[in-house]
Amino acid sequence: MGPSGAGKTSLLRLLNRLDDPTSGDVQLDGKPITSYPVGALRRRVGFVFQRPAMFPGTVADNLRVAVELGGTTKPSESPPMERILAAVELAPDYLNRDAVRLSGGEQQRVSIARALMTRPDVLLLDEPTSALDPEVADRLLATVARVPKEHGISVVMVTHRLGEAREASTWTIMLEGGRLVEAGPTERLFTAAVNPRTRAYLATAD
Amino acid sequence: MMPVLLVQAARTLADAGTIDVTWTDLALTAALILVAIGLSRWQQLGLERGFLVGAVRAVVQLVAVGYILVYLFTAEHWWLVLIALVVMLLSATSAAVQRRRGATRVAGERRALWTISGTSMLVGSGITLAYVTQLVLRVQPWYEPRYLVPLFGMIVGNAMNGAALAAERLSSELESHRGEVEAYLALGATPARAAAEPSRRAMYAALIPSVNGLMTVGLVQLPGMMTGQILAGQSPLLAVRYQIVVMFMLAGGTAMTTVMMVLWYRRTFFTPAAQLAARVPV
Repeated sequence: MGPSGAGKTSLLRLLNRLDDPTSGDVQLDGKPITSYPVGALRRRVGFVFQRPAMFPGTVADNLRVAVELGGTTKPSESPPMERILAAVELAPDYLNRDAVRLSGGEQQRVSIARALMTRPDVLLLDEPTSALDPEVADRLLATVARVPKEHGISVVMVTHRLGEAREASTWTIMLEGGRLVEAGPTERLFTAAVNPRTRAYLATAD
Repeated sequence: MMPVLLVQAARTLADAGTIDVTWTDLALTAALILVAIGLSRWQQLGLERGFLVGAVRAVVQLVAVGYILVYLFTAEHWWLVLIALVVMLLSATSAAVQRRRGATRVAGERRALWTISGTSMLVGSGITLAYVTQLVLRVQPWYEPRYLVPLFGMIVGNAMNGAALAAERLSSELESHRGEVEAYLALGATPARAAAEPSRRAMYAALIPSVNGLMTVGLVQLPGMMTGQILAGQSPLLAVRYQIVVMFMLAGGTAMTTVMMVLWYRRTFFTPAAQLAARVPV
């Protein structure tokens, strides 16, 4: 978490190589991510964007694209669409709906489902609720907190909303001005932050 | 002014010969440019200077080309013809790249665009010209400038429009659909796959004028070359057959150029690590 311009999105983009750092490196399983083929890396490290980008066609088309892009992956190795759709709390009849015509919250759920179709180990969520009404955002957040546990996926979520960070995470990193200010277990960070800048940020209204 | 010209034209057409356009006649037609300038001024379009400079340039360029053509046609050297074709290709490339000025501030991109559009036009137009002149028309000698120069001019002119349109459209599509392209990349897509839809739209936009040209030719207006041949006293039926050759030739040449251009140009938008390269917004 961190204020606007803290570098939260930039950090996420480094984690699956949508951008490369000017210095330093990012490691996955102890190896620099640049040592993995970039396509394979991105399928292990899924990305859900702040503003959902639906591909043309139905929801099923969107999910199918995610599978097909794997190339060598056999269809039998990818999770059934209905199960993934259920995980993000969309009814099976959504499969035949035109993805572009869905509401913002529904599109964001499809984005998450699409990312899950590649069976990622890590899921990156870039302010997934920022474009949504508070009520819709709350329900999506509940999904975000639950799905990774069920699928054994590590999630890195970016947010500037304190409540979201506290509710959905076990570990929180505070960023400001492109620098790491403080990191620690979420509960400790929220109740006993050491850094004055973290405390100042936590004192701001959500 | 107009009635004078019309009466004169009608009179000479009645004589059934080709009217010689004299320098005095050209001075008379300049009145039409004055009309355009007057209208531009009245409607505050700010195009007065453009019309004036354009008119002067048109006269100078065309007269110069006229003399060059006379020289080419009488000299009959194959290497002179090839030089002329290369000059035409380079001018067309330059014009196509110029139109992308706003987007070519990134270092190296301008040179890349030169290479890409120049080569695409060379391949697309070159194959088309060779096919039409050597296999269809079988001109003798093979470099006969009366055929090669004007035909190549038409092919390259069309290919240039296609290439410029395609480049402009591909760039704007990739910019406006950044989110979608990156969503594909984030799922492990190759750049070619991620940019497939923007590429398709760029090719489509660049080729639709060719399709429309085929659809409406002869209905809305007579093409310039055909008009020229008819004015020069050719049988309309022969002029029509030539025009068909020209239309098909333009469609093929522009399609080859455009597709090659888009497939190649799109690579420049991505880094080797399949990242959408940051660039100056168009």
